[in-house]
Amino acid sequence: MTIQTTSTTKTSTDNSLVSAPVPMTPFQEFWHYFSSNKGALGGLIVIALIFFMAIFANFVAPHSPSDQYRDALLLPPAWLEGGNWSFVLGTDDVGRDILSRLIYGSRLSIAVGIVAVTASLIMGILLGLVAGYFKGLIDTAIMRIVDIMLAMPSLLLAIAIVAILGPSIVNAALAISIVSLPHYVRLTRAATMAEMSRDYVTSSRVIGASPLRLMFVCILPNCLAPLIVQATLGFSSAILDMAALGFLGLGAQPPTPEWGSMLANALQFVQRAWWVVTFPGLIILITVLAFNLMGDGLRDALDPKLKQ
Amino acid sequence: MFQFIFRRLSLVIPTFIGITLLTFTLIRLIPGDPIDVMAGERGVSPERHAELSAQLGFDQPLYIQYFRYVTGVLQGDLGNSLVTKEPVMSEFLTLFPATIELALCAVIFAISIGLPAGIFAAVKRGTIVDHSVMTFSLTGYSMPVFWWALLLMLVFSVNLGWTPVSGRIDVTYWIDDVTGFMLIDTFLSDEEGAFASAVSHLILPSIVLGTIPMAVIARMTRSSMLEVLSEDYIRTARAKGIAPWRVIVIHALRNALIPVITVIGLQVGILLSGAILTETVFAWPGVGKWLIESIGRRDYPVVQGGILIVACIIIFVNLMVDITYGIINPRIRHSR
Repeated sequence: MTIQTTSTTKTSTDNSLVSAPVPMTPFQEFWHYFSSNKGALGGLIVIALIFFMAIFANFVAPHSPSDQYRDALLLPPAWLEGGNWSFVLGTDDVGRDILSRLIYGSRLSIAVGIVAVTASLIMGILLGLVAGYFKGLIDTAIMRIVDIMLAMPSLLLAIAIVAILGPSIVNAALAISIVSLPHYVRLTRAATMAEMSRDYVTSSRVIGASPLRLMFVCILPNCLAPLIVQATLGFSSAILDMAALGFLGLGAQPPTPEWGSMLANALQFVQRAWWVVTFPGLIILITVLAFNLMGDGLRDALDPKLKQ
Repeated sequence: MFQFIFRRLSLVIPTFIGITLLTFTLIRLIPGDPIDVMAGERGVSPERHAELSAQLGFDQPLYIQYFRYVTGVLQGDLGNSLVTKEPVMSEFLTLFPATIELALCAVIFAISIGLPAGIFAAVKRGTIVDHSVMTFSLTGYSMPVFWWALLLMLVFSVNLGWTPVSGRIDVTYWIDDVTGFMLIDTFLSDEEGAFASAVSHLILPSIVLGTIPMAVIARMTRSSMLEVLSEDYIRTARAKGIAPWRVIVIHALRNALIPVITVIGLQVGILLSGAILTETVFAWPGVGKWLIESIGRRDYPVVQGGILIVACIIIFVNLMVDITYGIINPRIRHSR
């Protein structure tokens, strides 16, 4: 006790008490780490812009995505010779405004991302929790199925599913959520198994908590960090896969403004209209990059091992 | 060691059974009667329907159908294509060399850029070099492959005219199919300029297909090198006065490569089968394009057989990677 007082008087010149810093709330701590990562912050801003664009597409877009201006076929972007400022990024082969189609297309990509990620997250959490909690035969069965799914390239599996169900946006979203399922199952199972051996789970069990309460109230909240990161990265692969399916003609069908299907017949314009080919891919790249940057930032901010 | 290989092999069997179950159910999940689907729009008479049904075994109970299917698969019989009437297996075998050739070139491209970039980024950690390598690799990782292909085609084939747009070789050459590998076949043939033509056709597809693996390899190499470089033995080596490049290449790289080799192996498996988008854009006559076209033509035996072969290849490559990893790293071999 005395040693402590002498040491404090030595270090502090005035004898006032030094108050301990107020501990940060978990969210403040998270934000502190997340916001120090410039890439992640940039990703977040881009994603916010794209969400804004998707929600307010009717107000942001200068034209309707399906209006065909017959006197303005394959018009180049506005800053080039022959361009027109009412069609900033030019027009496609039937005279539709590319910018407006891209803006409306963001709705579809975001919607498919949300649906696919939510569906695979829910199914993945359920299967992973069950496998990790009950172990034994159920665990083996679930993990074998997951292994089989992982043995197939995700795009091929998605293509096979769409080939059976028929090409449409809904089926493509379903296929994408099935394909990304294994990652969520594995993550949840691993996290559940790690948490199961903790004392707080044992004590809850001793108090008499039911398996359901143990799984969802005790264990699940502690497994969320890796799942949040995976969901963010899952968003980017959902958008990529959706675009790939659209490009192959297995996703959104022609008149629908979708980023991937806008490129489906772009091959014939490579020679004469580069803008038809360039912009849809560029916006896919920017969106996917933003989600990947944010995912990396979230991983760094949520992983306590990396913080130290 | 043998115990490890045996244990790993025994895990393959249930996965294989699962995949055959999946491909077996696949064709039965398609809405409608399979024979009507196969007959197409013309349709068949009820007598012919019954005859075909008996011939194809659809009148048998499901478990017998499945047993027959697996027996056929194990003997390499995957049925015949509805369009060409050729056995699926022989169609696959004629197309597979094109895919292997493309995948190998893509992997060589990915390693020759990704590995040095990753090492360089780790050594120059925190500098502008590190940041730009990481930015480029994340961009490569986020790349929509089909668009990247179109973009490169736009710049190098259309605007600059340096490379051909599509295919494996100029149509003016007639190359005997000896090995199926265009590079080897053109090298063996007497046709002048054929080899150069084959090489120029390979460049863009290899770059496109190799972009994502390159990004993955660069990221993996960097993080693995960073981990190794902070080890005590590296500090000891430096303290002994060994030349910096020697510490990095001889001492650090050897250990850092172990996880990188695993990643490369897994990428090869994906590339051998997943070249779907690249092959489609560049009209590359390989397995990926074949599968996509078969889906478009509703050629279900090909889709079924193709998916099964591809999955088996990936299982096999993953198995090889695991075993190699076990040989290199004793800690894996002896764990559980």
